[in-house]
Amino acid sequence: MIAPPVDVAVLGGGNAGLCAALAARQRGATVVVLEGAPKEFRGGNSRHTRNLRSMHDAPTDLLVDAYTEDEFVTDLMRVTGGHTDEALARRVVRESASCPAWIRSFGARLQPPLKGTLHLDRTNVFFLGGGKALMNSYYGAAERMGIAVHYNAQVTALDVADGGIRSISIRQHDRVSRISPKTVVLAAGGFESNLEWLKEIWGDAANNFIIRGTPYNTGAVLRLMLDAGAQPAGDASQFHAVAIDARAPKFDGGIVTRLDCVSLGIVVNRHGDRFYDEGEDFWPKRYAIWGRLVAQQPDQIAYSIIDAKSAGLFMPSVFPPKAAPTIAGLARQLELSPEALERTVAAFNHAVQPGSFDHGVLDDCRTAGLVPEKTHWARPIDTPPFWGYPLRPGITFTYLGLKVDERARVLMRNGEPSTNIYAAGEIMAGNILGQGYVAGVGMTIGTVFGRIAGAEAGARAVA
Amino acid sequence: MLSPETLAQGQHVMTVCNACRYCEAYCPVFQAMENRTSFAKGDILYLANLCHNCGECLYACQYAPPHEFGINVPRVLAEARLGSYEEYCWPAFMSGMFRRSGVGSSIALAVVSMLVLRLIARPATAAGDFYAVIPHDVMVGIFGSVGLFLVVALAIGFRRATRSFGPIAASGFSRTAVRDVLTLRHLHSSGPDCTSDVEVRTPWRRYFHHCTFYGFALCFASTTVAAVYHVVFGWRAPYAYASAPVLLGTAGGLGLLIGPLGLLALRRRRDPALSDPAHAGLDVSFIVMLLMTSVTGLLLLALRDGRTMPLLLVVHLGFVLSLFLMLPYGKFVHGIYRAAALLKFSSEANR
Repeated sequence: MIAPPVDVAVLGGGNAGLCAALAARQRGATVVVLEGAPKEFRGGNSRHTRNLRSMHDAPTDLLVDAYTEDEFVTDLMRVTGGHTDEALARRVVRESASCPAWIRSFGARLQPPLKGTLHLDRTNVFFLGGGKALMNSYYGAAERMGIAVHYNAQVTALDVADGGIRSISIRQHDRVSRISPKTVVLAAGGFESNLEWLKEIWGDAANNFIIRGTPYNTGAVLRLMLDAGAQPAGDASQFHAVAIDARAPKFDGGIVTRLDCVSLGIVVNRHGDRFYDEGEDFWPKRYAIWGRLVAQQPDQIAYSIIDAKSAGLFMPSVFPPKAAPTIAGLARQLELSPEALERTVAAFNHAVQPGSFDHGVLDDCRTAGLVPEKTHWARPIDTPPFWGYPLRPGITFTYLGLKVDERARVLMRNGEPSTNIYAAGEIMAGNILGQGYVAGVGMTIGTVFGRIAGAEAGARAVA
Repeated sequence: MLSPETLAQGQHVMTVCNACRYCEAYCPVFQAMENRTSFAKGDILYLANLCHNCGECLYACQYAPPHEFGINVPRVLAEARLGSYEEYCWPAFMSGMFRRSGVGSSIALAVVSMLVLRLIARPATAAGDFYAVIPHDVMVGIFGSVGLFLVVALAIGFRRATRSFGPIAASGFSRTAVRDVLTLRHLHSSGPDCTSDVEVRTPWRRYFHHCTFYGFALCFASTTVAAVYHVVFGWRAPYAYASAPVLLGTAGGLGLLIGPLGLLALRRRRDPALSDPAHAGLDVSFIVMLLMTSVTGLLLLALRDGRTMPLLLVVHLGFVLSLFLMLPYGKFVHGIYRAAALLKFSSEANR
């Protein structure tokens, strides 16, 4: 079914994989893409993305002002707390400047920021229609350029010897086959949708995690390579998670399951107790810590409680809130103890200090004498109807990946780069993004390292 | 009528879309959606009539089937659009026609019209003299009363649509709105072309629609000029091949030949996932009737001096009469309600 021989095999059909395939094909190599998902769900987590961070020294047709290399690198240093390979980071940042033109060269369309994301108008270009539209353009270009794409293609074994790939075993439906490409690009993502793997780290709590993206990022290729002697990069125990609506689908809920009301009210755990400052900072700067906060609560669940004053102040939710005319009634709907929730709300309301509410700034509405305090946007929860949203940790991606060098070559445990194995995208993002996240940088890493890996793998295969 | 299931599905889809908003830059549907936090029936019908059924948003959608959210905006809005035609129809008892019309019933109505006209028609005396076959006063009487009925029925439909969409500010009646109606601007899907399948974008749907719409308009202009000639100047048909009525009518007839043929061809190549099958009879019968009108009209022009003229005239007028009679109960109304929706959109945008 997969016609041999092939120069370059790309494992994974997301943004990084397609960029690698296109770049390798541009070098004249014959290329096959093995995508684990069926066609309808192709594109990995890239299908849920919407923008890419791009440096520029002067305004462009899409981006205002300038976003310099140093500023981009500084942003990366800040969010990663220094857990980054600066040489690789600088390469990503420098080459991010040419990403918009690269994207457009394959017929994909870009647009200025969406409404409500104007804070990104200097740093991020948006894909018209989102990441799935971008992936459609890449797949269309791949087809026109004669790149073979195989869907439902699961990698079951990698034969690696002396730091080089010898063959790849693939299962497609019930048929098993083996290919021996000259070079291979690993672009198969992290392991965030592998619940068994997550349980190894988080125990049974992982049963209550929701995976925001594709169910096909099982980490199979990552584990095969680690077993085959590749060096790991990034923290094996960490993941990026946000608090999302607990009613979201187990996988692939994407952007719509987010809830933007946390900073407007209070958040309680299943005992009805608050556990963190909901008003610590602007929500876009804080939403990424709430996944972990909820994950640390009993049964990995929490509840955002707001009142009628907050209606309409946040992005509409995809699931309707539970609503009740009294706090006790809301508690019953959320299956919380009415007494406990009433006690918590009463204590909160009692501790709220006078102030002038302004959700657009770090205002002076705060509590005094509470543990924990709410330091901004604290208003009494006293105006019915009262609304409640259940929250669960929603995992975006994992940090563990493969160590690579500047040419995207996978580094083996003996410190030597592989002779013909390259990696791009989430499977190596941990080199640059050791922790934290900054909007759109995952797509930047995938695009830049996809191009590098594809160009290197293609050039080597046809050399 | 808009079924409760379609309304509920439309509300589900728009609720998911409004929490996502990735498609915001594609077209006015999403911009209008973002002005709302909940979606009543009138909102869904308004959004349905803003949608050109191009498909960009379906292909871009991370929640499209087989995802469990099952988001297919073009499809659900097509279903709601058909419901809106029924909701706004006057007289209401005719609303059943939208789901029953087809090529067969349209041709049957045309044949009945021909038989009626045949009873009125007289044998021709002079070559090219249509009024010798059907007297001018009779023609004016028939088409004048049908025209009056059309104006009333369509005006009531328009009024029902604007009422259901919600208030349209005076600012809605803007040059932008008129331009959007006349140029099908939003069929360009924020690029030069209109989508018909994944990564397939061509300008043809817009071109063929323009041929059809402007062909129709030119034919109407031809008739109007001829009426002025007759009533004001006393110049009697037949008019020379180089005269304004014949030139306008010929150009319009060619537009109504090329446009509908192109639209029929494009229909066959469109991704079925985008369409509501309940529209098929509605769409095809209207296109076929336009096509038959132009074919018979051009034939009549070419053979107007021959012996077959009286028969051709009756056939042509039969198609025209039945086309007009069915205008308020067929695909034609989409233009009326889309214009209403674009005025509403313009009034929201200018707010």
